[in-house]
Amino acid sequence: MGKVVGSAGRRIALRLQRPFSPWTGKEASPVTPLPVTDVSSNPALRLSRISKRFGPLRANDAISFDLKRGEVVALLGENGAGKTTLMNILFGHYVADEGTVEAFGKPLPPGDPRAALDAGIGMVHQHFTLADNMTVQENIALGTQSLWRMRLDRAAARRRIEQLSADFGLAVDPAATVSTLSVGERQRVEILKALYREARILILDEPTAVLTPAETDALFRTLKLLVAKGLSIIFISHKLHEVMAVSDRVLVLRSGQLVGERETGSTDRKELAALMVGQEVKPAEVSPVKLGAPLLALERVSTTPYNGAGLDKVSLTLTAGEITGLAGVAGNGQAVLAALIAGIRRPTGGSISIAGREVADWSPRAALAHGVARIPEDRHAIGSIGDMSVTENVIAERYRSPRFSRMGFLNWKAAGRFAEKLIADYDVKCPSPEARIRLLSGGNMQKLILGRALDPDPAVILASQPTRGLDVGAVAYVHRMLLEARDRGAAILLISEDLEEVLALSDRIIVMSKGRFSTPSSRGERSIRELGELMAGHSAERSDHAA
Amino acid sequence: MDALDILFTASFWVAAIRIASPLIFATMGELICERAGVLNLGIEGIMTAGAFAGWFTVYSGGDLWAGVLVAALVGAMFGLLHATLTVPLGLSQHVVGIGVTLLATSLTYFTYRLALPEVTSPPKIEPFQPLPIPGLSSIPVVGEALFTQTPLTYLAFVSVAAVAWILYRTPVGLAVRAAGENPSAVEAQGISVTGIRMGAVAVGSALMAVGGAFLTISAFNSFFFQMINGRGWICIALVVFGSWRPGKALIGAILFAAFDAYQVRLQQISGGIVPYQVFLMMPYALSILALILVARRATYPKALMIPYQKGER
Repeated sequence: MGKVVGSAGRRIALRLQRPFSPWTGKEASPVTPLPVTDVSSNPALRLSRISKRFGPLRANDAISFDLKRGEVVALLGENGAGKTTLMNILFGHYVADEGTVEAFGKPLPPGDPRAALDAGIGMVHQHFTLADNMTVQENIALGTQSLWRMRLDRAAARRRIEQLSADFGLAVDPAATVSTLSVGERQRVEILKALYREARILILDEPTAVLTPAETDALFRTLKLLVAKGLSIIFISHKLHEVMAVSDRVLVLRSGQLVGERETGSTDRKELAALMVGQEVKPAEVSPVKLGAPLLALERVSTTPYNGAGLDKVSLTLTAGEITGLAGVAGNGQAVLAALIAGIRRPTGGSISIAGREVADWSPRAALAHGVARIPEDRHAIGSIGDMSVTENVIAERYRSPRFSRMGFLNWKAAGRFAEKLIADYDVKCPSPEARIRLLSGGNMQKLILGRALDPDPAVILASQPTRGLDVGAVAYVHRMLLEARDRGAAILLISEDLEEVLALSDRIIVMSKGRFSTPSSRGERSIRELGELMAGHSAERSDHAA
Repeated sequence: MDALDILFTASFWVAAIRIASPLIFATMGELICERAGVLNLGIEGIMTAGAFAGWFTVYSGGDLWAGVLVAALVGAMFGLLHATLTVPLGLSQHVVGIGVTLLATSLTYFTYRLALPEVTSPPKIEPFQPLPIPGLSSIPVVGEALFTQTPLTYLAFVSVAAVAWILYRTPVGLAVRAAGENPSAVEAQGISVTGIRMGAVAVGSALMAVGGAFLTISAFNSFFFQMINGRGWICIALVVFGSWRPGKALIGAILFAAFDAYQVRLQQISGGIVPYQVFLMMPYALSILALILVARRATYPKALMIPYQKGER
């Protein structure tokens, strides 16, 4: 990245090649500038037998691999397989219990992000590490100049950022405040941060999880440019089609262990999916419908708008033994419908009846009391309380029941047993029932929420985006659980933006548009294309999952 | 004299600026701490300790500037105590802050009694004298109000400029602001969040202590109990009023001081019909009003009061 404009640019390039400690303002141990065509045989990175435990959980178990120069390695694995932990060890956020990391043939001191940065490792975290109240330029310049300088060199920093933006197709305004940027732009800032520091190894942790398809394509183009300049890239993902599109080599992690290594050219999605999950992933089998009695009925219900359109005199009946799928572009009233059934919102007109009897005082507690189980759309914001324990979270909906409390005192023994049962039954990977729930990966958290909802054998199940952000194995698991509940006679409302999911699970499909329902169609009656047209010409959300 | 005429007298503005000076120092101190993500409720106690330390240094024969320096050092020490408990140990910033206030206040009174067991009326020192700035001080009203003050008042204004410059124009200022907004951004760039926050709290506390010392060696000439009298808490409100920006906080401090100076003068012309407590209350009531009007939309540093533990998800 020696490209410079004018003498000022050259001066900066020279200064930045010699890293210094921001604390002392002195230049750190001399790092020999590395020509792009280095002939030495050292790989860009060498990880040797890295192990890390969190309590009894083995997040990483003796993982070793090399990253060659100019190579894109995809690190594939389900949520909770240990990908992020491994990268955090590499970057010095965590200290490994065992094992060593070498960068360009030199050992990397553990637990020191500064050393990782100086060795040329740049990391784009899944949760961005940007200060929202500062400008793009300030975020990038942070930590690149001695802390004791009395002036920030702003003009030079700006020129360099603009140059890098232009070189690598990372368009972003250096003067913009980060809080005003879109998610895609923020990610570009993160990449620029690494490039500004002359990173030679770039680690991207689930970079596409937050991007639109167009932004993803732009990111892939940038990655190609970076590789052409000699950078090595580690691409962490659980999305198979992206891994196939972007990588040279794939490493598969499962339960903290490296279980497979493939050249991308000589493998396919199916094989990778099987490696990742540990068994072949089959689509869920659907048994014939056995309809029961109508359980929940909305009669000409209207609501005020909430996160999109409001409902406009809609009627809906959920019948025992049937999955009703609700497709539609986000913002057309799905949010308020889900909130309504969950009891969070009340109708402004119309009626709600359960098993034929109208319920006048509809509320979250009434919904629960009438056997409505809820799998909320946002498991972090609504589905769980991050800083409370797994045990506390699983009894959150039912702590008043005699099972978990007696005369106003909580029965912690029963609660603990219940948590342990859910952890075992639903195969949740978590250190202990006492662990704070936010420490769990998305898939494991969703399994717990699913367990909490399904355990009382509910009459009605509201599943709102139940597989959003989950990996292949977890998606299949959630689907299987929902189908089993249906076969047991539950009435299920599935709200999803993933059209493939709606098609695979629903016995009856309704398309929602501008707060109104389409006429329902039974399984297989309408094609994807017809449904797409019903969704008001908007194309369906692309599925993230391959299997 | 009419109530409105007061606003056009030089003596009113001289008093307002004088009353504002300690608030400016302490507000800048609190602002630095909070910008780094640490709420420093030790401010009231640290100002008390600074007031005594500064005065006692001068009383014991030290130079006035030595008094300022000693006050700053004492403040920094209490700041380090606060920071050690709240930053690496991650204890509750509310509890630690109130603890530091109680400790610093009590230690100060205790030391005062130990050092001066015999005195009944507070001993006096020779405080800073007004230093008119040639030329500027001869401008009517404004010159007298702004440029016929003590050197320590000038220093208060310099401190605002310095804090603003450091926060927005220097690398260390970037790190401080980032530490208060998203500490993991600081960590990811290879800078120690602990180091930045502890440093910010120490420096901020030193400024608070100088604010306290202003009262004893510039505004008055002696130390007595209860002399901080809630000024520290006012400064915490002023930081919010100023939306965590030095310039706005300065305006807030001057505004509050002006109300305070005004109510004293109103008392004198009210002729005793209205109870004087009503006037005493006025600056506080107006502060609350100003907070409601101005600070509702203020965006506070996002990581304020959230301890940062390295490697925690």
